[in-house]
Order: sequence, then structure tokens, then C-alpha cells
Amino acid sequence: MKALCWTGINKTAVETVPDPQILNAEDMILKVKLTTTCGSDLHLLGGYIPTMRTGDVLGHEFMGEVAEVGPAVRKHNVGDRVVVCSFISCGRCWYCEQKLFSLCDNGNPNPAITEVMWGGAPSGCYGYSHALGGFAGSHADYVRVPFADEGAFTIPDGVDDMTALFASDAAAAGWTGADQIGVKPGDVVAVWGAGAVGQMAARASMLRGAGRVIVIDRLPERLAQAENVIGAETINYEADSVAASLRERTGGRGPDICIEAVGMESDSPGPQYFYDKVKQQLRLESDRGIAIRDAIHACRKGGGVFILGVYGGVVDKFPLGAVMNKNLTLRGAQQHGHRYIPEILSRMARGEVKTAHLATHVMPLSKAPDGYRMFKAKDDGCVRAVFQPGG
Amino acid sequence: MKTAAKVAMAAAGLGFAVGWVRQSRARAETAGSARREQRNRWRTVTVNKPVGEVAPDSSLPQPLAALGDSVEVRVTAAADGKGTEIGARLRSPEPSGLGSLADRMTGRDPRQPVRAALRESKQLLEVGEVLRMEPQPAGHRKPDPAGKMLDAIIERAGAEGVL
Repeated sequence: MKALCWTGINKTAVETVPDPQILNAEDMILKVKLTTTCGSDLHLLGGYIPTMRTGDVLGHEFMGEVAEVGPAVRKHNVGDRVVVCSFISCGRCWYCEQKLFSLCDNGNPNPAITEVMWGGAPSGCYGYSHALGGFAGSHADYVRVPFADEGAFTIPDGVDDMTALFASDAAAAGWTGADQIGVKPGDVVAVWGAGAVGQMAARASMLRGAGRVIVIDRLPERLAQAENVIGAETINYEADSVAASLRERTGGRGPDICIEAVGMESDSPGPQYFYDKVKQQLRLESDRGIAIRDAIHACRKGGGVFILGVYGGVVDKFPLGAVMNKNLTLRGAQQHGHRYIPEILSRMARGEVKTAHLATHVMPLSKAPDGYRMFKAKDDGCVRAVFQPGG
Repeated sequence: MKTAAKVAMAAAGLGFAVGWVRQSRARAETAGSARREQRNRWRTVTVNKPVGEVAPDSSLPQPLAALGDSVEVRVTAAADGKGTEIGARLRSPEPSGLGSLADRMTGRDPRQPVRAALRESKQLLEVGEVLRMEPQPAGHRKPDPAGKMLDAIIERAGAEGVL
């Protein structure tokens, strides 16, 4: 079959690779219909997350049609149209029972790598380095789905493929952030990043009753989507002071909840960006923490900050004093999609969650290297490049 | 391979080295007491099952049973209803010093099969089988030093870590 492989720093290629096989009784093989780029892939492409091996198949956000099921699969049959959570979780360990699915004890066959890095291993993820399991990704004609009864969800008839695709990861991540930090009715929520995850965090906050939701970015096309499709207020950080604008809009208090949906490659128009960029290039820090620093400073006293953007290592000049002295609640997580995807699909069916607009560039898998170049450079207003295997 | 890739690979290797140094330092800190009383560490996983399902009739899961007399095994109820703790420790003294690093890198450290057996036992008890990874789709694997080093890390990744 054809698959998009990582071939080196900022290099990918479509290669012919072996087909996936049923390896465990609870596996399924999925014929991929749609699979999308994600901002977190850029950290892999750029070499910021080590443990990528040349030849690794990329992609973790996808939907498709069941092609084959293992003997222990009960919920799905060949031909079912499903969306698959990007994290791989068993559903039976203590963490899964607590609905903290991305912390699953049994979904990452390489636990030592992240145990040494972080003191504990999160679950595995498709196409996301050997630190997260080394699973082949979804940018391929077919993908193996372990623990299929847990991680694959039947798509309701009223939800089209493109809408359902983003339940796999972007929407699930947004729901994770809004729920885990406890957005309440009436809250003012600020979201850093107007990409797919940021927009979904904003929408999830609205559906939990937030009084105002303000999305921060610099790209006009993404801010326009956040305003026109999601219904959020926006701040362009290249045109306005984020901190001052947030204070102005919140009676001087600051947002009740700040959600950071940017991650380790954040930027800013000021000197902070150059400071972090130099330190990152010299490997004196692994991650640029501009957005999370801003979120912590902006948050009201006693408020909550949630980290949805992906970080891999250490951040310099982390404002721990602000966290302590302002009595902030700071949380972060990879997405617990198994917990939220059923609700997201139901809301999609009722028209309460719109995502198809995120797919600004749809192309066959054979064009995927171009898609990633466009996505990375944000050319032509690219929010997400979506690939159609077999197309 | 570009410099950035080499640095990334080195960082992964460094992570393992740091973990090893931390553990070595911890061993050094307790060296005084260790001299007084040779004590191997219990390595423990918590299984999300009651004790009666983890070790029915005092039988052990196959991966642990396969270690035979090389380890002591204890099975106890976890606090707060969190399941069952399975601990195992080597009967022979655990290796230490620089020589043990080479053993760890080459897969000859006797702690590695203990960690792997504990993890596999937990998976068998909780989900009924051990997650398999090979064969799976992959493109061309460049046979460069960085790739070979990562391959070695991956090969040991089920048998190393903080356990």
C-alpha cells in the first residue's frame, strides 16, 4: 500500500510499504478515507520530538471504513463507517476506568522512553514517534487499530465524513481542555491559538455555558473562522496587546479560564520569540513557552490554565511565581477522546459542532508532502490539509 | 543526517543516560546502608483486578512464573481499592557501576526481564494479551548510526524505565 513516511528533518515521502496485519485479537484494519495534518505533527517533522525513525508512517487524525476485524472485536463489522481516537487505550486499566484514557497503562509498548523523560508513560498514539508507541500512522491506505472496540466509534448517519474526521483528535482535544479545567456557565474563556484545536476548545467552552470566549492568533483567516463559524471574539496579537485587551474586556480581572492550544513552537512579534528561538536552536530549552507564559500572566487570580498544545521537554523562564502567588490551577493533558467522542458525534449530528470548514485543502495522499509544506508554511490560508488515500 | 536530527537522537540517548545516572546516584546515596544490608529493590506494578483474580490458588501469571527462582514475588491488595500490587525482586544482588550500563545497553541486565515480565503480566491480567507491534508498515529505514541507536532503545523500551 501507499503511505506517507517521515524521511528526515522536514522531509516526507510517499512510499510503498507493507499492508498492516491483525496482530492482536482486538485489532481491526481500517481502510482510511480521510486523514489530516495536525499542528502537533510539525513538532515531529521538525525534529523537536526525538525518537522518530526514518520510514515511520505519519498521521493520527482519521476516519474510514472497517476492512477487517480480529476475533475479539464485538462492536464493529466490516463496512462500518468509523472515526478513531488518535490515542490507543485498553479501556480496562485503572486510568481508563477513571476516563483518563490518554494515560492508559497498556497502550504504549515503549514505556521506558517516556518514563525516563517524564517519570511516567502516557498511552500510545498513531504515527507519533516511538516515544508514544511507534504505531504506524494513518496517512496510508490502511491502518491497524488496536483495542478497536474501545477506540473506534461508529459515525451517525447524519454526519458526513469530513465533519466526523475532526472528532478523532481536534474536537476531542478541545473537549478535553474545556472539561478538564472545569469551564462553568458564565466564565470568560481565553484560548491561545485559532487552529483546529483552539477553535474546538472555544466551541466546547461555549457548549459548557461560557459567557464569553476570546480566541487569540495572528492569522486573519483563522481568526475569521473563529469569529464566523465558531462564534468567538478574537484578538490578533500582532495588532493588539493581548494582556491589555483581555483586561479591558474582563473588567480588569483577566479571563477565568485560559486554554493554551499552541504548543512548543509558539511565536510572538516581540523579543521573547528570538530569545526562545535561539535557546531552542542551541538545545538549551526544548520547547518555546511564549503562549503558556502569556496565558499564565493573563489569567485572573484564582483562575484555571489548561495546556492543550503539545510540549515535549523543558521550557525556560516558566512563570512559576505567577502560578503560586495567583493561586492558579494548572493542568494539561493529551486528549481523552474515548470519553468525549460519543458526545461530539451526537452534537455533530445535531449541527452543534461544525468542523468541515477546517479542511481548507483536500488532496490525494500522493500530494501529502506538498500538503505538509503548505500546512507548515500556512500558505494559501491553510488551516488543515486533508488527505484522501486511494485518491 | 542533519545536525538537528543527530542532536535529537543524542537527546534520546541522553535521556536514558540521565535516567541511569539518577539511579546510579540514588544507589550511591544509599551505598552506606547497602553495605550494611544488601537489599534489592522491589519492582512493582498495580493491576486493576482484585487479588483473587490476579493470583488464583497462589499461581502466578506466566511471564512471572517463567522467571522461576531468580525472583521473589509478592502479591498484595493495593490501597484505596486500586487493585492488586505485584512486586518482584531479584534474589541475586542487582548489578551496579559502569559495568551495568553496558549490560543494560546490550540487554544482559537481570533487571530487564523482571520489568518486562511485570508489564506483560499486568497486560495479560487486564486485557488478556500482550500488545504486539511487529510486523507493521514502515518505509525505508536508513541504516545510519542514529537510527541504529534508536532501534536499540526501542528494543529495550519494554524492559527499562523507572519500574
